[in-house]
Amino acid sequence: MATKSSWAHRLLVLPAALWLLVMLVLPLLVVFVFSFGERAPAGGYIPAFSFDNYLNLPARLTAFKNTLILAPLGTFAALLIAYPLAYYLAIKASVKIRTTLLVMIIVPFWTSILIRTYAWIYILGGRGIPQLLDWIGIEGVRLINTPYAVLIGIIYGYLPLMVFPIYVSLEKFDKRLLEASEDLGATPMKTFRDVTLPLSIPGIATGCMLVFILLMGEFLIPALLGGGKVFFVGNALVDLFLQSRNWTYGSAVAAALVIIMLVTVSIYMKLVMRGAGQREDVSLI
Amino acid sequence: MKDDNKPITRKEFMKQLRRYEKGSISRRQFLGVTGLGMATTVMAAAVPSLMPRKAWAAPNIGDRVVLATWPNYHEQANFEAFTEATGAHVQVNVFGSNEEMLAKLQAGGSGWDVGEDLIEPLDLSKLPNYEASAFEPRFSDAGSVNGKLYAVPKNWGTTGFVVNNKHNKGARMTSWKDFWDRTKTDYSGRTMVHDYQLTTIGNALKYFGYSFNSVDPAELADAEKLLLEVKPHLFAINSDYQPPLRNGDAWMSMCWTGDGKQLNTDIPTMEYVLGVEGGEIWSDYYAVPRGAEHREAGYALINFLLDPAINAREVQAHGYPVADSRTNALLPKALLEDPILYPAQELLDALEFGAAATLTDPNRAELLARFKSA
Repeated sequence: MATKSSWAHRLLVLPAALWLLVMLVLPLLVVFVFSFGERAPAGGYIPAFSFDNYLNLPARLTAFKNTLILAPLGTFAALLIAYPLAYYLAIKASVKIRTTLLVMIIVPFWTSILIRTYAWIYILGGRGIPQLLDWIGIEGVRLINTPYAVLIGIIYGYLPLMVFPIYVSLEKFDKRLLEASEDLGATPMKTFRDVTLPLSIPGIATGCMLVFILLMGEFLIPALLGGGKVFFVGNALVDLFLQSRNWTYGSAVAAALVIIMLVTVSIYMKLVMRGAGQREDVSLI
Repeated sequence: MKDDNKPITRKEFMKQLRRYEKGSISRRQFLGVTGLGMATTVMAAAVPSLMPRKAWAAPNIGDRVVLATWPNYHEQANFEAFTEATGAHVQVNVFGSNEEMLAKLQAGGSGWDVGEDLIEPLDLSKLPNYEASAFEPRFSDAGSVNGKLYAVPKNWGTTGFVVNNKHNKGARMTSWKDFWDRTKTDYSGRTMVHDYQLTTIGNALKYFGYSFNSVDPAELADAEKLLLEVKPHLFAINSDYQPPLRNGDAWMSMCWTGDGKQLNTDIPTMEYVLGVEGGEIWSDYYAVPRGAEHREAGYALINFLLDPAINAREVQAHGYPVADSRTNALLPKALLEDPILYPAQELLDALEFGAAATLTDPNRAELLARFKSA
C-alpha cells in the first residue's frame, strides 16, 4: 500500500516538477554555464571554465551600487506613500469614494508603463516641475536625468503594487477589533500601533517583496528618467547582451544578481517571520 | 507584472534606440563585416506562398518579402506600389541599432540562416535598375569585394553635432575639441552624447586627433579618460536627442544628418557642425542574406527601390542624401544645395567610414559600457 501511494504522489508531482525544470532550472543552468565560458570573437559563447567573468564584476560595481541603493529606497518610499492611501481606502473611505479611488489606481495600469514613464520625462524636464518651481522663486532645479527623477519614477510606477496587498490585508480584518480597542481605552495612536499595524504586516511584507524583487531587475525607468547616467544592473545586462554581445560576462552579471537577490530576500523573509512572531497567516505571495 | 512588461520592454528598445545609428561600413572591410556589424539594410526573402497570389503578378516571386531596416527610413507609398505591381507584400522589420540586429541574428530569432558569410554576391541580372556608373564611387565601391558586388547603396549621411547657438555667447563651435571642452565649461549639464560606441568613442578620439576608427589600446585609454572626465557634465547618454534639444533641456548633442536637418529647419539657432578634425561618414546598403527564403522577391524589391523616380520619393520621405546621380537629377535644387545634407567638400574629405572592425571591436563595446556604468 505504502509504495503505491508514494508512486501516486510522485506521479502527481511530476507536472509541477517538469514545469519547474523547463521554466526555471534549465534557463538558470544555461546562465550559470555561460558565465564560466568565454566570449566568441563575434559574440556568442565558447565553452570554457574560467572565473574571468566573475573577476571582472567590479567593472559594474556602480550599477550594483545604484541598484542596491535605489531598489530598497524606492521600496521604502513607496511603502510610506502607499500605506496611508491603503489605510484610507480600507478603513476611512465610504464605499463610493473607495470604488472611485480604486478605479483611479487601476486605470493607469491599462496603459503601458513605457508610455506613462515617457510622460514623466516631460513632467520632470525643464518645461515641467522645474519651471513651476521657477515661478515660485526656486530657481535652477534640475530633475530629469538625476537619481531623484529615477526615484520619483519608481514610486509612481510601483505604487499600485504596494497599495493593493496592504489594502487587502487592512480591508479583510475584523473592524470590531478597532472598536474593542477603543472601548478598552486605547488612544487612536495606540490602536494603530498595537492592532492595525500588526494585522497589516502580511500585506506590507507582500507589497515590499513584490516591489523590491521587480525593482532589482528594473531597467526601463532608469533608462528613461536617468538619461543613461543612473545605471542599474538591468541596464548593464541590456548593454552586455544587445550592445557588446558579451553573453558570458552578461551571464556572470546576471548570476551575481540572482545570488544577491537570493541572499537579500532570504534575510528579508527571516526578519519578516521574526517580526510577525511566527504568525501562521503570514503569507508571502 | 514582469510578463506584462515584456512586450513593453521590447518596444521601449525600439524607442530608446530609435535614432541609434544608421550604420557605417568601410570599403576594405565590407565583407569582414560579414553582414554582421552591418550597417546595412538587409533583405530577406521567404518560402513559396501560403497566401493566394494575385493571378496577374507577372514574375513568380512569391507573396512576401522581408525587409530589415531602420525606423522612418522608407516611403510607405512605395511599398504599396510594389505590392500593387508584383503581388508581394513587404514585411518591414525595424531594428533599433546595428548591435540589436546582430544580436537577434545571432540568437537565431529572425529565422535567417546566419553563417560566417552573411550576405550573398548580388546577381546583377536581377537588378536592371542598378547602374554602377551613376553612383559616386566613394559609396558604391564599399559594396564590392574582390570585384564582386555584395550590396548597393541606399543613402548616406554624416555624424556631426548640433548646437543651439542661443547659448554660445558669440563663440561659435567648429571642432570636436570645442564640443568636449565647452561641455566641461559653459555647456556643462547641457550636452548629450550617443548611446553608441562607434560615434561616442570615435568623436572622443577625434579630440586627440586620433582616427575615428582607432582600436589602439593607448588611444582608447585616452578617449576613456576624456569620456569619464566629461561624464559629470553631460545632460544624458542617449541617442534619442531631439526631444530634450527641442524643449531646451539640452543645448548640444552628437547628431546625424537627418536629425540635424530637421532641428535646424524648426529651430534656426540650431547649427549642425561637422568637426574640422573629421568624424564619421556612413552609408546604408541593400543586400540579400545568404540562404534568404524570399530571395526572388528580395531582388525584385531592391530593383524597384533603385528606380530613380521611386528612389527620389524615398529621399523626400527620409531626408538623407543618396549617391545615385539619376535620382539626384529628379530632386529639388534646394535639397541638393542644402549645406547640412551635402556639406562642403573639405569637411567631407576629413570624414571616415566606420570600419567593421571598429563596430565589432569588443574592447570599444566594453569601454562604452564601462563609461555608462561609471
